[in-house]
Amino acid sequence: MNLRKYLKVYKKFIHTSLASEFEYKTNILIDLITAILSLIGSIFLLSIFFHNNGYIGGWTFEQALIIQGIYTILNGITNTWFNPNLTEIVKHIREGTLDFVLLKPIDSQFFISFKKINPSGFLEILLGFFLLFFCIRINQINMNLSFLTLSLITISCSICILYSLWFFISTTTIWFVKTWNAIEVLRSFLYIGRFPLNSFSFSLRVFFSIIIPIAFITTIPSEVFLGLSQFWKILLEVIVAIVFLITSRRFWLFALKFYSSASS
Amino acid sequence: MISNLINRKIFTLLKVQYSNMLEYRVEIALWAISGIIPFFMLNIWTNNNLNESINISDILLSRYFLCAFFVRQFSVVWVVFSFEEDSLMGKVSPYLIQPLNPFFRYFAQHLAEQITRFPFALIIAFFFFIFNPESIWIPNLFILILSIVSTFLSFLIQFLMQSIVACLCFWTEKASSIERLLFIPTLFLSGLLAPVVSFPVYVKSWIYLTPFPYLIDFPANLLSGNETNISAGLTMQILWILLLFPLFKKIWSKGTKKYTAMGS
Repeated sequence: MNLRKYLKVYKKFIHTSLASEFEYKTNILIDLITAILSLIGSIFLLSIFFHNNGYIGGWTFEQALIIQGIYTILNGITNTWFNPNLTEIVKHIREGTLDFVLLKPIDSQFFISFKKINPSGFLEILLGFFLLFFCIRINQINMNLSFLTLSLITISCSICILYSLWFFISTTTIWFVKTWNAIEVLRSFLYIGRFPLNSFSFSLRVFFSIIIPIAFITTIPSEVFLGLSQFWKILLEVIVAIVFLITSRRFWLFALKFYSSASS
Repeated sequence: MISNLINRKIFTLLKVQYSNMLEYRVEIALWAISGIIPFFMLNIWTNNNLNESINISDILLSRYFLCAFFVRQFSVVWVVFSFEEDSLMGKVSPYLIQPLNPFFRYFAQHLAEQITRFPFALIIAFFFFIFNPESIWIPNLFILILSIVSTFLSFLIQFLMQSIVACLCFWTEKASSIERLLFIPTLFLSGLLAPVVSFPVYVKSWIYLTPFPYLIDFPANLLSGNETNISAGLTMQILWILLLFPLFKKIWSKGTKKYTAMGS
């Protein structure tokens, strides 16, 4: 592993994919409007919920906005990196171009996960940060060093879990060939991440913390923001993130053993 | 004679597309699963007693969201994504030569997919009733037929709207980003995530003039036995179709004149 080489390659990736994305300038503009409308829509939905009840799962409207902010950031990251790259795996396998990836003198998981970048997700990340700063003000959270490190750790763990989930599902393409719709299923489950975990019934809560750990992705970082999170929860999230990353890596290497290139 | 010919065309198209869709059973099953967001929303509504203030009982609300799931299953439209791919790949040219508007082909695809999807949607509904046995009900035949009609009309509205967007491919090549923009109001205003009755007054005052509440809220209310104005709903659906159809015809004829085949 040569970190310098990978950085250099990554710079090239960014350069080429930005160049090709800026071919469709109006597209980027439309995507920006979509991101803004989508955030307005989610806040509108939340306001309907809170219009009828002051608390949802023990969270007030101002507190639930933090979850919305974190969700928006993570969704932006998904749209910038995971979505354009990991949906490509399906194409690579169907058209047999995965052979070219495997032949390159570079790690195949790195190549597949970071080849492309979609600039329109950046605005979503920015919007999420704006919302978070706004929430920090209205919830009167004082920013100190331990808060900043803890929130940074939990959010990075969320990103790792999210990446692993996406990568895991995309890897199954090697057996099933067409998994676009499996990704749609994941996407609809991720929708849960917009709301506090406590607002769901017990069985759903168990499902979303043990089987698909979506609960970890947004609820724990938000609890850190409010200073509600216990230490063991943060530790658990770190462990889950590490386990997910390692398993997704193992799973990729395992799946590659079953890859027989197309039309050969 | 002419009507006989059209009948034969439609019948053949449907038969071909149905056997085509049967090839992708797993895909369609996964797609059906990805539509379960209404059930998550139902969970939030009933778990936090949000429905008390809008005077809808738990049972009626659970029926509403089940119907919303069904209506969504049978009104999902993806024509713009197919058309965009076909036009980017240059597949539209051979279709244009045929004495049949290519949109009939997509239309048949959608209908065939709905038929394939039906058993999976029934299985999901079956599981829903196992968990919520108290919400089982049998709508009377008249209401059932009316709601099937209105679901089909909702499908037609969405198909026309997306076909109009798809025709923009003749100008921009990538029209799917416009569709993603249009999807945001569809998602938040159609009643898929919250019944339109629960919306604040300042939204309710104008929303019934837009096509959105007639896409899911109206057919779902009709089928689930919630209060709704049947004649006004159906009239609005038909009015929107009458408005969108000439628009589609116009943009189609303009677009085909603009069209230049790729690689020629």
